[in-house]
Amino acid sequence: MQGIEVLFMGNNMLRLWGGLWVTLRLSLISIGLSLFIGLFVGAFMLVKNPIVKAICRVYIEIVRIMPQLVWLFIIFFGITKLTGIDLDGETAAVIMLTIWGASEVGDLVRAAFSSIPSHQFESGLSLGLSRVQLYVYIIFPQAVRGLVPDVINLSTRMIKTTALVSLIGVTEVLKVGKQIIDANRFEYPNAALWVYAAIFLMYFIICFPLSLLSRKLTKKRGE
Amino acid sequence: MDWSFIQKFAPMYVEAGLLTVTIGVFGIVLSVAIGLVCALVKYYRIPVARQIVAAYIELSRNTPLIVQLFFLYFGLPKAGILLSSEACGVIGLAFLGGSYMAESFLGGLKSVNKIQLESAESLGLRRWQVMRYIVIPQAARVSIPALAANVIFLLKETSVFSAVSLADLMYVAKDLIGMYYKTNEALTMLVAAYLVLILPISIVFTVLERRLRRAGN
Amino acid sequence: MTMEEHIIDIEHLTKKFGDNVIISDLSLSVSQGEVVVLIGPSGCGKSTLLRCINGLEPVQGGSVKLHGEPVEHGKSSLYNIRQKIGMVFQSYDLFPHMTVMKNVTLAPLKVQGRNKDEVTGQAMELLGRVGLADKADAYPSELSGGQKQRVAIVRSLIMNPDIMLLDEITAALDPEMVHEVLNVVLDLAKGGTTMMIVTHEMAFAEAVADRVIFLDGGVIVEEDAPEVFFHSPKTERAQRFLKTFTYSK
Repeated sequence: MQGIEVLFMGNNMLRLWGGLWVTLRLSLISIGLSLFIGLFVGAFMLVKNPIVKAICRVYIEIVRIMPQLVWLFIIFFGITKLTGIDLDGETAAVIMLTIWGASEVGDLVRAAFSSIPSHQFESGLSLGLSRVQLYVYIIFPQAVRGLVPDVINLSTRMIKTTALVSLIGVTEVLKVGKQIIDANRFEYPNAALWVYAAIFLMYFIICFPLSLLSRKLTKKRGE
Repeated sequence: MDWSFIQKFAPMYVEAGLLTVTIGVFGIVLSVAIGLVCALVKYYRIPVARQIVAAYIELSRNTPLIVQLFFLYFGLPKAGILLSSEACGVIGLAFLGGSYMAESFLGGLKSVNKIQLESAESLGLRRWQVMRYIVIPQAARVSIPALAANVIFLLKETSVFSAVSLADLMYVAKDLIGMYYKTNEALTMLVAAYLVLILPISIVFTVLERRLRRAGN
Repeated sequence: MTMEEHIIDIEHLTKKFGDNVIISDLSLSVSQGEVVVLIGPSGCGKSTLLRCINGLEPVQGGSVKLHGEPVEHGKSSLYNIRQKIGMVFQSYDLFPHMTVMKNVTLAPLKVQGRNKDEVTGQAMELLGRVGLADKADAYPSELSGGQKQRVAIVRSLIMNPDIMLLDEITAALDPEMVHEVLNVVLDLAKGGTTMMIVTHEMAFAEAVADRVIFLDGGVIVEEDAPEVFFHSPKTERAQRFLKTFTYSK
């Protein structure tokens, strides 16, 4: 167990959580933006116009086919090169995560609405509800109920994906971990084992409750 | 676009791509094996093993691959377990993929109606016969699309291998950008390489899935 | 009646789900060639009783014996005993990935290890008897509900069982298909097949049964010849139950 002390020395633990907060903050911002844009993408996919639909489909498929890290590189290195704007890593990360997240949300929104059986529309209308009332009282509540667990699930994927930003130089938890390891290289040569184990568990502590919640809501939806 | 540059360095991408594929294949095959064992443990509710599997699945699904790799590559040597970059890639991918595969297999197994099992049992079929003739053929139809999606997901996840000094596609691209500032060329080749890698598999799986869906009706 | 004639002997059977007693100290025997119909309100334990006879459920007390051999859930001896007990369920029990012929021949080939030509011949003969000879190569999804249940009956019959257990086999069928399935069962009864039948079709029950057992709350409330049970039931509970099947303004 030698070396585990390094985690509790000084404010090391706090620094690690601070590093994780960088990741979480980027995730939160990106989820927020993804939801906003993704709702539009989803709405566009539900319209009858085949061209609009096709554009959205192509967008989703293009995003999906490439690893997120490739997209991150394209945005971080490519945009800087093409436009001359010097993007910092955090901005590049948010752009990548939002482009990816919005495509996923778009697909979820589409699926949530198209999974509502047509008799729900018919029985709503046959009760004499107006179009607006139909959507407000019958369709939206069901779609949202279907959407919430999937969006929570997407959030955990977003948090896990955000871990990639260490590869474009953002100082997040992995970088902080490395700093701690380097600073204690001689006193605690085994620090790496404990620091990376700690980071592993920290991600788990954040993601696991979200997964549980998502699963619980999915089960509820199934009833 | 500097075509002579592309010509000169394209072989590096081919080599890196082959490395990615090799490690990807080993990792995916291992994760299928792990997934199958875990799914069966959960399906038959084998005591103790079942709890271990559940804990593994949660740990694997709720942590990023890059963190898993850092622990394997930088952490474990301090405990006396020295792994090469390649071994880390394979083990990391299998650790991550095993849980995804397990859930896909289990989803298939659970999709087989209980009455199917009971009527097979009441015909006198033994447990393994019920598995072989009744459960697996039906479960496969449900599992295969999910398994295929996992394969593509895992292939994409291999892109983080460069973090543990594996000379994969990302590693080469980053190198070229760093050394020659040929960002456009390096990124174009990177995208092309991943397209060559993933697109054919993705198309094959889509066709396969459609065919399965038709056969299921 | 001597012991030798009994196919099934149930003695003091008790089945609980948690604290919920489904079958309580129930004893019952079925003789060779006899058709016993179990009726009763839903939740009375009649389906559970059939499942216990086939060893699909662990029991909390008493025993079920087939030809004197105990039927015990989870025991390896169960595999051999089950081959002698045919069971048909409410629905969904044909194997959807196999043709009718494969469905029917799977168990005789893999469980009994019989000769393929012989089994195929018997399968064709039985399918012909239930009017489905032309469906041998069809998949279950191509069949109507009534046809599926007739195949399910054949699938059990081909094992040459000592007794057939039919668990509400027409409950999930459209009304116009009920008849074709029940006719097959009536034919079997005439041919001397020993059966235990759970059903809600009262007219059919009366026609097919040698003996009617009325279950309620996990115990046998009344046991009669069909003409007695349906026309002058002795217990008040049976009278009340039968009234739910008639309508008057």
